[in-house]
Amino acid sequence: MHGKALPYLLLMPATLFLCIFFLYPFALVAFEAVTRDGAFTFDNFRTMAGSWKFPVTVRNTLLLAAIVVPIQLTMALLMASVVSRLETGRSAALYVFAIPLGISDLAAGLIWLAIFDQSGFLNTLLSSLGVVDRPVMFLGYQSKLTIFIAVALAEIWRATAIMMVILVAGMGLIPKEYYEAAEVFGASPWQRFVRITLPLLRPSLQTAIILRVILAFEVFAVVAALGGTNLPVLMGETYNWQFTLQDRNVAAASALLILAISIGFTLFFLRVLRVPKEARI
Amino acid sequence: MAEIAIKGVAKRFGGFTALHQVDLTIADQEFMVLLGASGCGKTTLLRIVAGLERPSQGEVWIGGRRVDHLPPRERGIAMVFQNYAVFPHLSVFENIAFGLRMKKLPQQEVERRVNRTAELMHIEQLLKRYSGQLSGGQRQRVAVARALAMEPDVILMDEPLSNLDALLRLEMRAELKGVLAASKTTTIYVTHDQVEAMSLADRIAVMHQGRIVQSASPVEVYRNPAARFVGSFIGNPPMNFIPATKAENGSWTVAGLTLSGPKSDKPRIEFAIRPEDVDAGGEGLRATVRVIEPLGPHTLVTCDVEGGLFRAILDSNASVQVGDDLRLAPKPDRIRWFDPETTNAL
Repeated sequence: MHGKALPYLLLMPATLFLCIFFLYPFALVAFEAVTRDGAFTFDNFRTMAGSWKFPVTVRNTLLLAAIVVPIQLTMALLMASVVSRLETGRSAALYVFAIPLGISDLAAGLIWLAIFDQSGFLNTLLSSLGVVDRPVMFLGYQSKLTIFIAVALAEIWRATAIMMVILVAGMGLIPKEYYEAAEVFGASPWQRFVRITLPLLRPSLQTAIILRVILAFEVFAVVAALGGTNLPVLMGETYNWQFTLQDRNVAAASALLILAISIGFTLFFLRVLRVPKEARI
Repeated sequence: MAEIAIKGVAKRFGGFTALHQVDLTIADQEFMVLLGASGCGKTTLLRIVAGLERPSQGEVWIGGRRVDHLPPRERGIAMVFQNYAVFPHLSVFENIAFGLRMKKLPQQEVERRVNRTAELMHIEQLLKRYSGQLSGGQRQRVAVARALAMEPDVILMDEPLSNLDALLRLEMRAELKGVLAASKTTTIYVTHDQVEAMSLADRIAVMHQGRIVQSASPVEVYRNPAARFVGSFIGNPPMNFIPATKAENGSWTVAGLTLSGPKSDKPRIEFAIRPEDVDAGGEGLRATVRVIEPLGPHTLVTCDVEGGLFRAILDSNASVQVGDDLRLAPKPDRIRWFDPETTNAL
């Protein structure tokens, strides 16, 4: 067998698998989104956008991403810098930080529900300290802000570690000599971070941010567990159209919208954090 | 004025002692080379002067100021790294300007200095390029230009030529010497290459197992090694050593030859001679020729003397054959003696 053909042959099963179980259903969904009763139409998108919930879901989803991702990025950078500098116990620290990664998002939502619930840990703690005399309804339908904060907290808790792991790996690739050179030539620790770490970390930052932003637009289970229907998000609405309202075509249109937003942001970050070919390590 | 004084500096890494109580003073504008095999502590010593490593004990003074507690950026130094450490995300211009920007010099001054040093290092046509588009030699030039642009009192160089190919190394060596002499900085230069050390240094500090064994001018280090290690490390081929036994009235017997030597109450000491300091013929050391290597200007002859290896550099006209029994007469004024226990020169 010719050596040149071998890699393609080896990739064939995975490619076929993806074509059959990803591209084909994707084409079906896309087709469903732009047809109704067999005729081509944009009605599904109009129906979706015409729903009174639609602006709220878009706003909630974007707001959540806009608040959660920057906080996660900052925390992940901070944690990664600390972990990278550890001489002993580095892997132990990584494992501890990475624990939330092993938990599904629904389970994460339930954990935080157990904290914020009317009979949850937080209420128990507050009443035993005498701060409140009866349990507070943190996640009631009137307290949208608290729900939002709880969801943001749960998301930050759950998914910062994945960014950190990517950034720790990226920082490990930056040769120590660059830091020493910067130090000798007068850069303070902060200047070294801004002028050496950040620019040289761009490929990892790109991966981490894109991954997180896509996941942020797909937020669903955590919101469902903590907010129910009180904090509608795009993915939740897609679920509603499909299963509560039994309208596959609008659900497909909604799914396509999420995809479009994700692609848009991915392209944006690929462009903004691009490393010119000549400036790579 | 930037005299460097290293006083009683020691460095321990866990249970391993990299440096034992090193004392060294480097005069203003002197070119000092730290020479030694890998693991001898020369790079550790340089990094302590730079501030990239903290001494376990001892003091470092630069220009009359104690600096061992200061971070590198407050020591008035610049450094050239072994792997150049030219920042890949910055253009050559910004690399050279890096330290000047950190000092917040006005743009006009930054441009003036970058252009001047780039011209000095012959890289003015590369200013817009990135590290990834440069050859090893060009990166080396950028690294040196970046150091020179700082107009520092002290330049530290950590094996700067070791990653260049032989021809380029020769060229850069000569160029560095000229540029650094003109810049009037005090230089500490670390290398394991003795030729580099000999050709560049005002003074060489030979290091061995975390100690400075000798610090003297290149010629002095070569002619009068202070210890057996120096003689065996410097010179290619290195010095020859033959055991000497005590004979009558203060003279010593060396491979069948009786020589007057130093006074010592030890029964055995070591005789040492450089390969080029023997003449074939006459009264001399009994030697059996093992290998003959004609090298053009002279012939390198490896012999057996007293059961040990002995290398002699003879005139290329010398007619010797493998298996010949030779007499190698040492030049009397070039003979050195070492104490086999302390390994110091006698």
